[in-house]
Amino acid sequence: MSTSVRSSISSSAPLPGTPEPTSESPGIGGALRDYGVRLRGGDVGGLPAILGLLVLVAVFSGLRPSTFTNAFNFANLIHQSAAVIVIAMGLVFILLLGEIDLAAGYTAGTAAAVMGIVVTQQGQPWWLAVLACLAAGAVVGALIGLLVARLGIPSFVVTLAAFLGLQGVLLKLIGEGGTIAIRDSTLIAINNDDLPLAVGWILAIGTVVVYAVISLRGAAVRRAGGLHTAPPAVLIGKIVVVAVLLLAATAYLSVERSRNPAATSLKGVPIVVAVLLVLYVTLNFVLSRTSFGRHVYAVGGNAEAARRAGINVRQVRLACFVIGATLAAVAGILLASRNNSISPTTGGADTLLYAVGAAVIGGTSLFGGKGRVIDAVLGGLVIAVIINGMGLLNQPSSVVYMVTGIVLLVAASVDAISRRRAQSTGRI
Amino acid sequence: MTSTAEVVARPVGGGQPPLLSLRGMNKSFGPVHVLQEVDLDVFPGEVTALVGDNGAGKSTLIKGIAGIHAFDSGVYTFDGEPVTVTNPKQANALGIEVVYQDLALCDNLDIVHNLFLGREISKGGRLDEVTMERRATETLAGLSVRTVRSVRQHVASLSGGQRQTVAIARSVIWNSRVVVLDEPTAALGVAQTEQVLKLVRRLADNGLGVVLISHNLNDVFEVADSIAVLYLGRMVAQVRSADMTRNQVVELITGGRSGSIGLPAAETVDGLPELPPVGVGSSADQEATA
Repeated sequence: MSTSVRSSISSSAPLPGTPEPTSESPGIGGALRDYGVRLRGGDVGGLPAILGLLVLVAVFSGLRPSTFTNAFNFANLIHQSAAVIVIAMGLVFILLLGEIDLAAGYTAGTAAAVMGIVVTQQGQPWWLAVLACLAAGAVVGALIGLLVARLGIPSFVVTLAAFLGLQGVLLKLIGEGGTIAIRDSTLIAINNDDLPLAVGWILAIGTVVVYAVISLRGAAVRRAGGLHTAPPAVLIGKIVVVAVLLLAATAYLSVERSRNPAATSLKGVPIVVAVLLVLYVTLNFVLSRTSFGRHVYAVGGNAEAARRAGINVRQVRLACFVIGATLAAVAGILLASRNNSISPTTGGADTLLYAVGAAVIGGTSLFGGKGRVIDAVLGGLVIAVIINGMGLLNQPSSVVYMVTGIVLLVAASVDAISRRRAQSTGRI
Repeated sequence: MTSTAEVVARPVGGGQPPLLSLRGMNKSFGPVHVLQEVDLDVFPGEVTALVGDNGAGKSTLIKGIAGIHAFDSGVYTFDGEPVTVTNPKQANALGIEVVYQDLALCDNLDIVHNLFLGREISKGGRLDEVTMERRATETLAGLSVRTVRSVRQHVASLSGGQRQTVAIARSVIWNSRVVVLDEPTAALGVAQTEQVLKLVRRLADNGLGVVLISHNLNDVFEVADSIAVLYLGRMVAQVRSADMTRNQVVELITGGRSGSIGLPAAETVDGLPELPPVGVGSSADQEATA
């Protein structure tokens, strides 16, 4: 059959006046037009989160110009948001399936407690404690995933049970009322200390260069393959924006931000930024450039179609829950590092809800099939800016909660409205 | 269709050996004997229409061919070799693809992603989007599909006919040899039906064996080279469509018999109730004569 189809390909001359299947229209104007069409069609991507972030930063900068925008607070913001962003990255995998993990927060706490026991109570090296922590997260994820994928229990119920159960496990591990202190300097450094100035610059410049090389080479390969590519101006524009943002942030973080530089010097890119960068690049690659990632989207879009296409739907579900819980364990390390201890509230209270909120604000759909890793970063920053800014305005917790709730509601409305538009224009 | 003119002269299969051949297939679900001694031949380069009333066993037959429900007994021959097909993977390995009535497409993915769903091409662990996009474009062009604006369109934005086209294109992208289409035009308008039927004809012209299940005799007579009629779980006839009139096919579908073609008169509903074989013979006798 192959030969006959091939021969018919070469022999079938295109009919006059009928366009061959191509990609978008050419030129910068075309690219802008296509983007406009996509937006109107409900494919808003990360735009609401970016706009929200800009508005929030502008508002807080106007109200508290000295405290909100200084370099100390900028670094603080990163430290505060890191754990929520990492949990949200894991939740993106689970939300893409159309599932939910309500236990991610306490998975972080429990895994952190395991780490605390290994490093503080057993006196083992920090890397062994980190491995134990990640393994604890993976085990929790595997148990949840097996119950959801094998037994078919709704993930809402399984993870609600895990939410309650892990709260108990955490208390049991810590010993009621107590805390486990973290004294290992490496673990404390992860979410408190900064990279040496030179390393921070190398990281920033290296990221820009790698990004530029990958996007330009990708375009060259597509052009060589005879496929449509975005106009060079658009590609270069994106690279310039990324370069300006990263280098400006690095420059600002390289400023001395200690109030008493003689005693302690505080400057450089926080170590946790490198952690976030590695996680983002890895997870984004997995989700958008591997067949596993494609299968995650397929299962979230139409599980029956995925099954008929030969995709092992159960295995994909299980893997996503394991990934989600392992990332929650990473977040547990960041939380424990930030607080220098693990308490019964580590990963509890609002951590999970902020993380779900972050993913949704960033543009990940709660209905499955739509979402990206960058959503977790953007949404996590929005939430951190709200909490941080409201704190600087000396607003009581009551107001902070209400504002956060309203922002989440707005984000969910954007999701719902864009979905409706997407359905009417056929862009889901 | 122009191709029906050349079909008239040929007997079923035009003398060439069948690509897929079933002999004496049986399938029961508990006490219900759904398929009884069913024979079917699918020839390369031909469209074989499979018709029959609701409950005649069409779906069971294609599920058996696709390996979803294995046959209980009978000889399944592919390319002249007896084969065992008990799961969908074995059928796919032989080059048998089924396009189901409820299209198995993911709305949130684009056409390229859907065409390669579950069988993505990777290079060093990384999806090879360039190769996939080129092959998708080539396959659609090879099927003379020109209604799709971009192969990077999400499937959600396609019309029913275009979606059916994508589903059919997916069945041929992997060098398949037999494509089974389950009511591909059931939910389509007139123009889209025409478009899909042309595509079905083109598949056969490209040398594939095509099995078309349809309730619509207009469609059947437009594209099919031969017509296989199932009646209450039995294959009452597989005949060249050019040798038949519409009325004869309707008689075969509804009564299992038309003139000298089909079941012996005694075994049709008109001649005799199917179940209690009062005064005529046991059910064993019926099967022996079938």
